[in-house]
Amino acid sequence: MTLDMGKKGQKLKIVAINNDLFRAQALRFGIAEGETVICEEIIPAGPVVVRKNRQEIAIGRGMAKNIIVEPAQ
Amino acid sequence: MAEHHGHRHRHRHRHRHGQRASSYHDALPIEIPPGARKIVLAGNPNVGKSVFFNALTGLYVDVSNYPGTTLDISHGRFGKDVVIDTPGVYGISSFNDEERIARDIILSADLVLNVVSAVHLERDLFLTQQIIDTGVPVIVALNMVDEARRNGREVDHRLLSRLLGVPVIPTIAVEKVGLEEVKQQLFTATPGQPTPGVAELVDAFAREQGIARGDALLILEGDPVIAARHGLPPGDKREEIYRRRRERVNWITSQVVKETEKGISWSTRIGRWMLRPLTGIPLLILTLWAMYQVIGVFIAQTVVGFTEETVMQGYYEPAIKAVVGYLVSPDSVVGQILIGEFGLLTMTVTYIFGLLLPLVLGFYLVLSLLEDSGYLPRIAALLDRLLTGFGLNGRAVIPIILGFGCVTMATITTRLLGSERERRIATFLLGLAIPCSAQLAVIISLLAGKSWLLIFLYVMVIFAMLVIAGTALNMILPGQSTELLIDLPPVRLPRPTNVLRKTYFKTKHFLTEATPLFAGGSLLISLLDISGGLKAIQQFLRPLTEGWLLLPKEVATAFIMGFVRRDFGAAGLYHLHLSDLQVAVALITITLFVPCIASTMVIFKERGRKEGLVIWPVIITIAFIVGGIVSRILHWLMPYGLGAGVAGVAAFFLMLIFLLLLAAFFRKRVVILKVKTVEKQG
Repeated sequence: MTLDMGKKGQKLKIVAINNDLFRAQALRFGIAEGETVICEEIIPAGPVVVRKNRQEIAIGRGMAKNIIVEPAQ
Repeated sequence: MAEHHGHRHRHRHRHRHGQRASSYHDALPIEIPPGARKIVLAGNPNVGKSVFFNALTGLYVDVSNYPGTTLDISHGRFGKDVVIDTPGVYGISSFNDEERIARDIILSADLVLNVVSAVHLERDLFLTQQIIDTGVPVIVALNMVDEARRNGREVDHRLLSRLLGVPVIPTIAVEKVGLEEVKQQLFTATPGQPTPGVAELVDAFAREQGIARGDALLILEGDPVIAARHGLPPGDKREEIYRRRRERVNWITSQVVKETEKGISWSTRIGRWMLRPLTGIPLLILTLWAMYQVIGVFIAQTVVGFTEETVMQGYYEPAIKAVVGYLVSPDSVVGQILIGEFGLLTMTVTYIFGLLLPLVLGFYLVLSLLEDSGYLPRIAALLDRLLTGFGLNGRAVIPIILGFGCVTMATITTRLLGSERERRIATFLLGLAIPCSAQLAVIISLLAGKSWLLIFLYVMVIFAMLVIAGTALNMILPGQSTELLIDLPPVRLPRPTNVLRKTYFKTKHFLTEATPLFAGGSLLISLLDISGGLKAIQQFLRPLTEGWLLLPKEVATAFIMGFVRRDFGAAGLYHLHLSDLQVAVALITITLFVPCIASTMVIFKERGRKEGLVIWPVIITIAFIVGGIVSRILHWLMPYGLGAGVAGVAAFFLMLIFLLLLAAFFRKRVVILKVKTVEKQG
């Protein structure tokens, strides 16, 4: 599944980020392939807000579609 | 084909950033006395760097603007050494102007004072570790330990220091806690412990090429600018290096951070409310209303009434006219240029100090408050969906909000958008559909007391044009816009020192950038006036105003004056005894009409002459076409009452938007089909 299909409050493991530039920028925020994030908020048709520890970032819907995730425990 | 395009793009890129691309010393417009060490302040955005800067340098601070950017870099003295501030960044590379500048300053540093927020250790240490990897001596100020503690987080600074291999001093900068220690221990900064696996790579490459370690690191990380400086191809190790660095930072954080409790704080809760449409949209409307009360009512009317009319027109203008009139005749060409109706010393000065200064100050104050409190990135996230329809992303709320203050100022800030495509779209929309505050004040007073239908008509047409132009540009323009990726810092009460500092620097920057534009504009208008060109244009426009817009011919004067000063234009309509319908048509046309001469100049300056020569006539044509259509629909339907007329206009624009969305939908389908066919073939 892709990140935009996540549900609010769901724990998601990031499997792949299909965009080079975005992958590098996200790594700086600690959002990387293999990491587990919490989907904090999904703004209807808009960005997805994910959190890892104290770090929250909003990711545009178009980009969220390029991020492959799987549910994590 | 692809190569050709790539080449062209590179060429343009070089043109825009030409002055920066040479070497750091050319790019750094700061004089370093011989023997002085360069102390560089670095850190993520909003970690309190400015407090450290002030503590080190005291009152004597210089500000230099980086060529081709909106960024001002402060620098000052600490003893006989030089302290240089850098923009807040999450890492150093070439992703945006801030990073490029921070990168160049950090690479040329003798030592870096890295301010790190204890609240956001896992985010901030990425930059810290990247700076350490460049090999420059570092000292870390672990700031906001109080805020971290309130959030239930303890950081073991001794262990952090041992793991990073550099001194770490805990601080609460706003309360001056730890600042003395930072000053005393500044020169104990040492090169730290580089990321395992990365150090070997960098050292080998640096030796092989005979270049500095910092440059070697950035080339390996694929930084095109640094690579070009050494005539090397950019490396392909960014992914690997970033990953290893991230792993190390995560490990360090896990070692030094102790979370004591994990309750949801009030700040988290408010942050959520700001994001959720159900609560976020009412909150945003409330905020905009408050902004309007402060800027639109208090500043634009009360304050400007005093500064413009009482101070500038009451005292300044008569005084300067008397002084200059003593030297040259006010009727001579020079006299008219200096102190005439559009004079450089009269209108320009009054406009800039009497009108723009209070407004711009007010807008930047509000923007800084929104930014420092952490609300701005949440507004960006909330409105992202709306803006992606226009080929922009949530970040574009900043120029759009500023546009309601001054379109010239807003056009300059389009530089912060992620791609040329977005800058182009935003510039066009600002020129077309965003009325600036000078104009808004007059529009409001002209519409005040009129039927609510008329007010609805005005707002609807302008908003419809924003949607139509944005959607159409997004469809037509080639290329891709960037997606939103924005850090949502915790919501907090804004810190007055931060807010005032930001407001001061941004206002000052705007004035230095815009004053020549306004002066140039006035000069041009003066020359047109003296040569009789202004009258000729007014004559030329008459068929358009009378024949097409169905307005009295004197409105042409208002359009011309509106171009000199937007508010003059609308104000010119006061005396014309227009019918309600005519007022609405004239206001719609004037709003859509290119803002003013200064904003025209800034469009040309930012977008280049070629693009300016397209944007400018297109906006004016659209303004007249839309004004004429609205006027005609209203006239046809007027026999059935104002309501029918407004409904007719609404139906027209709804149909236009519907057709446009239909076109966009089919276009998307075609693109998807194409992609699918290509995939199948592949």
